[in-house]
Amino acid sequence: MKKVRALIVDDSSVMRKIVERSLRQAGIDIAEVREAGNGAEALVALKASSADLVLCDINMPVMDGIEFLKQLQGLANVKGVPVVMITTECSESHVVQALSIGARGYIRKPFTPEQVKEHVIPLLEDKK
Amino acid sequence: MNSANPIGTNDGTLEAWRPMLELASREVFEIMLGCKLEVQTDQASLPCEFTAMVGLAGQLCGLLTLRCGSQSAALMASKMLGVEIKQADEQMWDAIGEVANMIAGNFKNKLAGMGDSCMLSVPTVITGSDYSCRSMADTAPLEVAFQFEGAPVIVALELHS
Repeated sequence: MKKVRALIVDDSSVMRKIVERSLRQAGIDIAEVREAGNGAEALVALKASSADLVLCDINMPVMDGIEFLKQLQGLANVKGVPVVMITTECSESHVVQALSIGARGYIRKPFTPEQVKEHVIPLLEDKK
Repeated sequence: MNSANPIGTNDGTLEAWRPMLELASREVFEIMLGCKLEVQTDQASLPCEFTAMVGLAGQLCGLLTLRCGSQSAALMASKMLGVEIKQADEQMWDAIGEVANMIAGNFKNKLAGMGDSCMLSVPTVITGSDYSCRSMADTAPLEVAFQFEGAPVIVALELHS
């Protein structure tokens, strides 16, 4: 598996660190981790430079994860980049909506590093 | 829902939800902090300089709060980040806000049918203990006092119809 450029989107800096640690614990070879505090910051980061993997919360100020997914569809340089939602919002409607507009995985908080591995590794292997 | 029992529990109080609130809290501490959370019966002298609040809107409408002292808040941040307590000082606010957010989400996901009809706010954290909070809740709050690694924390749920 090639080195991965990850973008972690969450309004909690503590949660961003936990997600990063979970990726490393999953054995993913990380080239770079960038962080964004909301969907708008994430779009700016992705316009500047693409990523191999995006992990994104839903409930965030300024721009939430669902709106981020919608706007992501208009960005040419991120086509095919897998987005995995990591969130407390796990109602059926949230999951269905997120998956229907481009999310490739859905992890419910609280989560274990094993759950991150289970969801993320197959997506990265698909990209090889 | 009816006016005699606006929150839909059997007896019109939140007591029936105590086991679910305890379980939702325990799971967050065990999974995200690697700590066992134990219920305490005595909360008389608990310092509460930190209060994290998550609003609930929709079918469940009210507030979930997590209250604790600075030592508990620092320990939470330290456990979540896997660093020494001294290194976690700056992250206390963020950590307890996120813990409250996860407990609120985990709790509502355990209530059948509540997932789609109850929304959560982003967390707000206030510091200091010299304040009073006027709640719009029309039921008695459900409060659970816990301890993790000797550090006390209170989780409370207040609802209105």
